[in-house]
Amino acid sequence: MASTIRVRATSNGDITEVQALIQHPMDSGFIKDAKGELIPAHFIQELKFEYNGKDVFVADWGPAVSKDPYVKFSFKGAKKGDEIKISWVDNKGASDTTTAKIS
Amino acid sequence: MNATTGPLATRRLILQGAVTVALIGLGNLPFGIAPARAAANDKYPEDAFKQKSQADAIKALYGKTAEPSDKIKLDAPEIAENGAVVPISVTTTLEKVTSISFLVAENPNALAASYRIPDGTIPTIANRLKMAKTTNVLVLVEADGKLFSAAKEVKVTVGGCGG
Amino acid sequence: MKPRLAILLGSVAAVLTALVAASPRVVAADKVDPAADAKAFQNFFFQKFPKLKPEEFVNGPYSMDEGLKRQWQEKEEFPPYEFALDAGKEMFATPFKNGKTYADCFANGGIGIRQNYPYFDTREGKVITLELAVNRCREANGEAPYSYVKDEMASLTAYMAFTSRGKPFDIKIPDDPRALEAFENGKRYFYTRRGQMNFSCASCHVQSPGERIRAEILAPALGILNAMPIYRSEWSGMGTTSRRFVTCNSQTRAVPLEPQSDEYRDVEYFLSYVSNGLPISGPGARP
Repeated sequence: MASTIRVRATSNGDITEVQALIQHPMDSGFIKDAKGELIPAHFIQELKFEYNGKDVFVADWGPAVSKDPYVKFSFKGAKKGDEIKISWVDNKGASDTTTAKIS
Repeated sequence: MNATTGPLATRRLILQGAVTVALIGLGNLPFGIAPARAAANDKYPEDAFKQKSQADAIKALYGKTAEPSDKIKLDAPEIAENGAVVPISVTTTLEKVTSISFLVAENPNALAASYRIPDGTIPTIANRLKMAKTTNVLVLVEADGKLFSAAKEVKVTVGGCGG
Repeated sequence: MKPRLAILLGSVAAVLTALVAASPRVVAADKVDPAADAKAFQNFFFQKFPKLKPEEFVNGPYSMDEGLKRQWQEKEEFPPYEFALDAGKEMFATPFKNGKTYADCFANGGIGIRQNYPYFDTREGKVITLELAVNRCREANGEAPYSYVKDEMASLTAYMAFTSRGKPFDIKIPDDPRALEAFENGKRYFYTRRGQMNFSCASCHVQSPGERIRAEILAPALGILNAMPIYRSEWSGMGTTSRRFVTCNSQTRAVPLEPQSDEYRDVEYFLSYVSNGLPISGPGARP
């Protein structure tokens, strides 16, 4: 199965801009299905970006982050061709990890 | 307000019902005893996400109050195209930023997202959040051990409590 | 006539009159002249929104409102249809059980052809939409057809539209009375009021684009299919042209037709033809 994580990391000199889109339902726990049953909350709790074995950005999320969540940030110190590692874990214990090359 | 169920319930009723459920759920929570999180803590702030009100969420997350700052630029739409996906971004000229958090005042639980900003990471974030109705979006920036805030009202015509 | 009331109560006749008036020549009401219709249709929108470039109409409600447009541009940085697009690309390349692929069913291997659909099949005497052609391809190769309103069809057509981005709609009406009748039938459906709210397609998408209907900003009919299929925040997911037609009907409390029924196909034929020259922009994102 394809990764749930899409990343674009682009270097602009000293600064690397990172955008990520993750395939996840981010169910809030407040919505009912067609039968009127509450769909249990199911959301990513932690999303981590690592560079050189060190966290460069950590997102703690609740269920109010939109479905297929998106985030953008920038950090210093990396260069073109370097890799960053991205991983998430959700409230049901599921997780995914990928790496992306900075372009 | 009673929770309304059944196939004929409108989206609005479903949302209201959901809020009721949330309130009942929160009734069991031990309010006020959530430990404040230290700035450098790297644990998922479970308690803060469970708080209903903005004030309780801030207390659980930071254990201190925020003062408004004009060094924070919060960018959010005047009118959200859909409450399920509201693009919100922030940038700040404050120095020594260690974390940035987004709260939506009248969501069932106010805290939406909290970001840890290590040294070398620029305090600029864009994300997409759900908003149940028209209310204030509040951003908190923790910088040099102090807490600062900026807020903006976003009108929501199509609520995005779920989805 | 600018107030809302006038917009809501304005008759179909008024629009038709406006369309005819905008045309450089007089069109006899009983003569079917698609080329003149398309010209009048486009002129109507160009005059109503003189600041918009023709190709901007394909961005639907985002072409109508600055605040909405900014949110869209922000979303387009990493568009929500990205996953559907990837899935569609993979589906498109995956062979059927018999070893053949979608590429075997379509001209140019199925790449960059969205702008030619729907077309009129003179052998069959009917309009063939892209969604219909996809399912015929599947069935001809021993695969079960996709639901016209669900994710698989949306993903596959998203990829096919993506490979056709920027190509202008190039819908042909062959010299065949049945093709003219299909166009005319689609046009009739488009302008006919129906349902409990007594709306026609044109009530919203010709008379009132840019206006709010309850919470939503209405898209112009010109270029409205160029962005299909779409990711709608309202759906929290993708939808096909079929899905959009069905939900449009239910939102105005009319009885939706079966997806890919003759009438829907004819409406798609009409709407696509009058948007000839405008670029394919699908897959799109909508509120």
